[in-house]
Amino acid sequence: MAEGKDAKTPAPAEEKRGIKQHAVYPTLMLGLFALVAAALLGWGYETTKDPIAERRAEDLRASLSQVIPETRHDNDPSAETLVVDGHTVYRAMRDGRVTGIAFEVVGYGYGGAIVVLLGLDPDGRVLGARVLSHAETPGLGDKIEVARDDWILGFDGLSLGDPPSAKWAVKKDGGRFDQFSGATITPRAVVKAIKGGLEFFEARRARLLAAEILEAGS
Amino acid sequence: MSQVGFGEITREGLWTNNVVFAQLLALCPLLAVTGTATNGLGMGLASTAVLITSGLVVSLLRGAIATDVRIPAFILIIATLVTLVDMAMNAWLHELYKVLGLFIPLIVTNCAILGRAEAFASRHDPLRSAYDGLMMGVGFTLVLVLLGAVREIIGAGTLFADAALLLGPGMAFLETVLIPDYKGFLLFVLPPGAFIVLGFLMAGKRLIDFRIERRAEARRAAAADAMEV
Repeated sequence: MAEGKDAKTPAPAEEKRGIKQHAVYPTLMLGLFALVAAALLGWGYETTKDPIAERRAEDLRASLSQVIPETRHDNDPSAETLVVDGHTVYRAMRDGRVTGIAFEVVGYGYGGAIVVLLGLDPDGRVLGARVLSHAETPGLGDKIEVARDDWILGFDGLSLGDPPSAKWAVKKDGGRFDQFSGATITPRAVVKAIKGGLEFFEARRARLLAAEILEAGS
Repeated sequence: MSQVGFGEITREGLWTNNVVFAQLLALCPLLAVTGTATNGLGMGLASTAVLITSGLVVSLLRGAIATDVRIPAFILIIATLVTLVDMAMNAWLHELYKVLGLFIPLIVTNCAILGRAEAFASRHDPLRSAYDGLMMGVGFTLVLVLLGAVREIIGAGTLFADAALLLGPGMAFLETVLIPDYKGFLLFVLPPGAFIVLGFLMAGKRLIDFRIERRAEARRAAAADAMEV
């Protein structure tokens, strides 16, 4: 078999004489390798670009459907975006009226940024909140994921006035939200991020719900 | 160089020249991801796939690679492979990617892959190199799963938690809670636990090796005695 013959070849350096001995060979070879690698990566990027974009859009739609119930809208909120003060806002509409909005809020926990997708109804009540990404300690801080614990569902239906502002904190800080045993920083960050999101909504309510006003006016 | 047998490659990869226990390579991904047995398994499988393909490619190109610049050439090959795997998984195995995604770029930091390219694949034929990659990968996976399992049992009282997320709902039977209502032992979930458990596992391996050697020596001595008599 071919492999038997191959296995007997000694070290690669002694294999061939000729062009490999030339001083320029290593440079040319490495250059060629880099060129082929770049071509392969370019090809790989081009081939996977569209499927990856599709998957991302699917992910986004799936997350949005978790924070804004499907029954509330007849549009595709992931396509109905609005950029307000640097935040991309997804809007759920029904019969031309805004029935819910969703946007990302970021909290800083024990392991860095925690990205939370927050869904609100036009009155500023939480429809749902889901953690999109985080780097918290496995087994402790990851209870903020809905797949591991239903803690995050505790925000549903709450708004800035309910509970009162001072109670928007974990119990350790005198608030109403549970912390986890062994992890206080993580839930504290999430509570703060969601409260920040509600304040963001409150301050820009008119702009965020603009379509409703326009519809009413026309 | 004489031809290396497949049996020897198997033995080397799984025990005598194990990536972690004998070569002390790949500690970065090892310590980072072995919080649970499931994560260990995922990292092990992904690394094995890269080890096999990089062994194959390096071996196929070994005639063309100039000795002086072989290390950058190997790194280029491995990084390209890992990036392609990363993109392909993101596009077509998206569910798996969401769980394993974090580990894929970490594979580049696995010096065992470069080590095998240098020590084995650049001197052997493609078939043997791919097989060596497979065996080194399996050996690595076994250690990852073992380390993950020990840390998970002591740290959280479970075994193969979230296996269904990684391997599909069919593997849900692997998920077991060994100690119900266990409060958890945080140290073992965090990185220091990885160092501690790894230390004990390595000591255990040395102990077994030592025993085997002593037994072999005793047998040899017995044989010598018998000859003298």
